[in-house]
Amino acid sequence: MTMISVKNLKKTFGTNRVLRDIDVEIEEGEIVVVVGSSGSGKSTFLRCLNLLEEPTSGEIIVDGVKITDPHVNLNVLRQTIGMVFQQFNLFPNLSVIDNIKLAPKKLRKFSDQKATKLARSLLDDVGLLDKADASPNSLSGGQKQRVAIARALAMEPKIMLFDEPTSALDPEMIGEVLDVIRKVAKKGMTMVIVTHEMKFAREVGTRMIFLDKGEIIENGTPAQVMDHPKTERAKKFFAK
Amino acid sequence: MNFWEVIFGGGRWLFLWHGLEVTLVLTVLSLILGSAIGVLVALMRTSNLRPFGRMKTSRLANFNPLASLGKIYVDIIRGTPLLVQLLIMYYVVFGSYQFMPKIFVAAVAFGINSGAYIAEIIRGGIQSIDKGQMEAARSLGMSNWQAMRLVILPQAMRNSLPALISEFIALLKETSVVGWIGLNDIMRGADNIRFQTATAFQSLFAAAAMYLILTAIFTRVMARVERKLKHDDDQR
Repeated sequence: MTMISVKNLKKTFGTNRVLRDIDVEIEEGEIVVVVGSSGSGKSTFLRCLNLLEEPTSGEIIVDGVKITDPHVNLNVLRQTIGMVFQQFNLFPNLSVIDNIKLAPKKLRKFSDQKATKLARSLLDDVGLLDKADASPNSLSGGQKQRVAIARALAMEPKIMLFDEPTSALDPEMIGEVLDVIRKVAKKGMTMVIVTHEMKFAREVGTRMIFLDKGEIIENGTPAQVMDHPKTERAKKFFAK
Repeated sequence: MNFWEVIFGGGRWLFLWHGLEVTLVLTVLSLILGSAIGVLVALMRTSNLRPFGRMKTSRLANFNPLASLGKIYVDIIRGTPLLVQLLIMYYVVFGSYQFMPKIFVAAVAFGINSGAYIAEIIRGGIQSIDKGQMEAARSLGMSNWQAMRLVILPQAMRNSLPALISEFIALLKETSVVGWIGLNDIMRGADNIRFQTATAFQSLFAAAAMYLILTAIFTRVMARVERKLKHDDDQR
């Protein structure tokens, strides 16, 4: 079943054409890694998928709903699409566990008890149960990102979007975050991951999309794209 | 006459004592109204409602009626003297409603005045919050209002607290012009003593001391609140 279908997606900021004409279909359970040099439009593409960026034109269908239709309830839609940011964006005024409980309580109308149970089991999954009552500010970057992943998972989304989840981390913390993402991937969730971690991309991705100047110029399995790229641009990129 | 005779002789201290009550009640009422207006106008000014946004080419596309209204309010209130606003409120707006209690009229005037300053403080607080906070809240599925209420405003208010405390102290002191519409606050009480005894020094310094004590108590209490909030942050 097609989970995400993108047709003729274009996005311009002023005169800057960031996404030129994106067409892509993502099946349920696929783990799509999006690569390309900075400024190629990868993050903008990802942010269009939950309409954090409004496309200039084109059509996006998620789980059968045409989300680019102005009448769609974005808030309900976004509950089914989790997102993890480069800068974590934890809520610093709430404790770690309250960061995770907030959305289930307010949006899924969970009781405090039920939300606590869910949050504790998610914290256990990401190995941070002992930090439940800590302030986000007291955590390391890697720990913050693991909490951010748990927070997104607390809405039990059908799709997870990762926007360069390890780019703001010190090298020694990248591994712990990638381990958590691997764990989520094994559960069969549909995921779109923008990343610069090529080894990880090859290992975890079921498909790789290569973006250049706002266009998809490679689209295949990570092995195909990385070992036998069709375009000169991609060859040069992977030769580094 | 010495100080004690001026203030306490003939029960004159009651002028100040009753004035204290008026000043405190007026300040609290104005504070409540001003804070409510301030939060509302700050939200208006940071809103992103563009009813003509679909007209991509028109200049109207960027028109945000709520933000414009908020800006006009702030500009007018901050651009005119408080005393003029108070007198307009009393003689013009409520001119034909003589039965309105004066303290109510004054609270409306001071609340509207303070609201403009509070709005700007809170707007600054809201805009100082990283836009990633809003994006994270919206990506979880919160509405704009839920994200504001649950994520942005609590952080914005905390960041604004020092400036808000200054504004509250300023408001307390500014109520001293309320004698112009005949309310007997601390300042008016001091004036009454001044007229009765034909001595300026004692009554005016007594009034100054009372304002100073009130602001000192308030500052202490708020410093404790600030410390408590900071402590809570560190604990988590």
